[in-house]
Amino acid sequence: MKYDPGLYDYWPYENRPKIVWPGGKKVAFWVAPNIEFYELNPPANPQRKSWPRPYPDITPYSYRDHGNRVGHWRLMEMMDEFGVRGSISLSVAMCQHHPEIIEACAARKWEFFSHGIYNTRYIYGMDRDQEQAILTDSIKTVEAATGQRIRGYLAPALTHTEHTIDLLAENDFWYSCDLFQDDQPQPLKTKSSKKLVSMPYSLEVNDHYAFNVYGQSARQYADLLKRQFDTLLEEGVDSGTVMCIPLHAYLIGRAHRMGPFREVLDYITGHKQDVWVTTAAEIAEFYLANCYDDALTSINAAQKKAS
Amino acid sequence: MSLPDDYLKYPHRRHGMDHDLYPWSNLFNRQPVTWPGDKSVALWITVALEFFPLTPNEGPFRAPGHMVTPYPDYRTYTTRDYGNRVGVFRIMKVLDALGVKASTPMSAKIAERYPALLDAVQKRGWEIIAHGIDMNKIHYGGMDKGEEAQQIEDALVMLEKSTGKKPTGWFSPARSESENTLKLLAEHGISYVCDWVNDDMPYGMTTEAGPIVAMPHTMELDDRHLMVTLGQNEDTYREQILAAFDLLRTEGKTYGGRILHLSLTPYVIGQPFRIHALKAVLEEIMESGDVWSATPGEILDLWQSQK
Repeated sequence: MKYDPGLYDYWPYENRPKIVWPGGKKVAFWVAPNIEFYELNPPANPQRKSWPRPYPDITPYSYRDHGNRVGHWRLMEMMDEFGVRGSISLSVAMCQHHPEIIEACAARKWEFFSHGIYNTRYIYGMDRDQEQAILTDSIKTVEAATGQRIRGYLAPALTHTEHTIDLLAENDFWYSCDLFQDDQPQPLKTKSSKKLVSMPYSLEVNDHYAFNVYGQSARQYADLLKRQFDTLLEEGVDSGTVMCIPLHAYLIGRAHRMGPFREVLDYITGHKQDVWVTTAAEIAEFYLANCYDDALTSINAAQKKAS
Repeated sequence: MSLPDDYLKYPHRRHGMDHDLYPWSNLFNRQPVTWPGDKSVALWITVALEFFPLTPNEGPFRAPGHMVTPYPDYRTYTTRDYGNRVGVFRIMKVLDALGVKASTPMSAKIAERYPALLDAVQKRGWEIIAHGIDMNKIHYGGMDKGEEAQQIEDALVMLEKSTGKKPTGWFSPARSESENTLKLLAEHGISYVCDWVNDDMPYGMTTEAGPIVAMPHTMELDDRHLMVTLGQNEDTYREQILAAFDLLRTEGKTYGGRILHLSLTPYVIGQPFRIHALKAVLEEIMESGDVWSATPGEILDLWQSQK
């Protein structure tokens, strides 16, 4: 085991090379609906139980199933209204279980990235080949269902191994949403010669944290998202920032939460001059082409200065 | 380190659900339902009347709300009892004043032990939903089928004896089912179950013993969930219920009648400092004039007749 992840160098949030997003925009804004499938009776992973009670643990199972029956459709319609395309953190088995949802998203040109096969199959304890099999399955499954080559990853239920980030680079992924050390994209260190970007995703503004960890109301969540945006916009004048709203339709798509959330989308997309409403893959692509090398030079210089 | 090969096999990866209990269905693609008077929203209220023995059950888990401290946990026992002695009558007063109908998931032991409470419930025409024998007698995965059948039988017989009528609805204590619960309920002539939280409308489930309907008994707007588990205050509670009503009302005009279910817990909402929130919520909802106040049996009948 390692004392630190060793995936990036320390890089202070001041005096970084200036990022200017396409069209001179200051904040790259993306929305990440987690479209997940949880199994009623998943096999046991030695390091993590899927459900707290003896199976079938129907309450947490059906609680999440609400998203695929009800919440997704509400959220998608609202995103349509504000011209926001989702970048979907996808349990790729959704392509088999609910192709109706996949087709609706693909028709809107939403981006898909892998969030594992099921959100009840954890990566903990997998060997390199097994973890590679998850990535191969993800790439093939989404390609077969949508024609899209996935470029991003968020480990299922945030379960990782020491190989995860290396494997992403080897498999021509452009970005990982697995690390939460920053509000700007940045290069990740991998054993591969291929470039991989760490994409800001933010657990702190994830609806799961807001509602079920911090116990916030729909209104409080809406307010915090607006404040998050205000700060990132202010800072984005100096160097472009990324704001992601990670969502779960089974949470945000509840009847009492859609109204306040609508105000958030209205507010953020209303800053037309300053906001690049985009997808994670588009941010990664732009960053790789325009910012990655400067960032690496700056990071290396910061390391030299430190040593 | 690696995981067993089976961990990467997905035997239920197929179109639809990973079980045969119900088919997947998009809420927004269903046959619209019309409520009496063409109201947009059916208001379904449940007031849980639960008996928590001072001697809590052994076994895999205790029902939420059950005893916490070493025996004798007077603090929890009496706090729950407060709901059945005082809180429920406060709720009744609010509902009576507004002419709002209600139903109650009732422990059979409540009906047996507290005839005065049962009388107050029956006098008001509340529908009684079977809610197990008491909060010790939970149903859970892996439990003995014969034992579970007996628990269901006993609860229904006790309720019928006390109330003079066999309930047609069921809500499992702790919202927990075993792999046999639905089948056993269908065998016992139960027509609807309140355990599943994956929809905003009723939907049909299939069991080996025939069909049963899942009624949308919410958890997200449950008073206990919001104000005890998540620690929100009653103003936030009120605001969110009204937000839900607004959205359901809007959807009701386009997609057919919706259901607003309020799950009330006498020891929570029946506190003197919280009861005003219920009053405010119901006054506003009833004033809209766009509501059909109904029992679950009435909602189910109408829904079934329009399928």
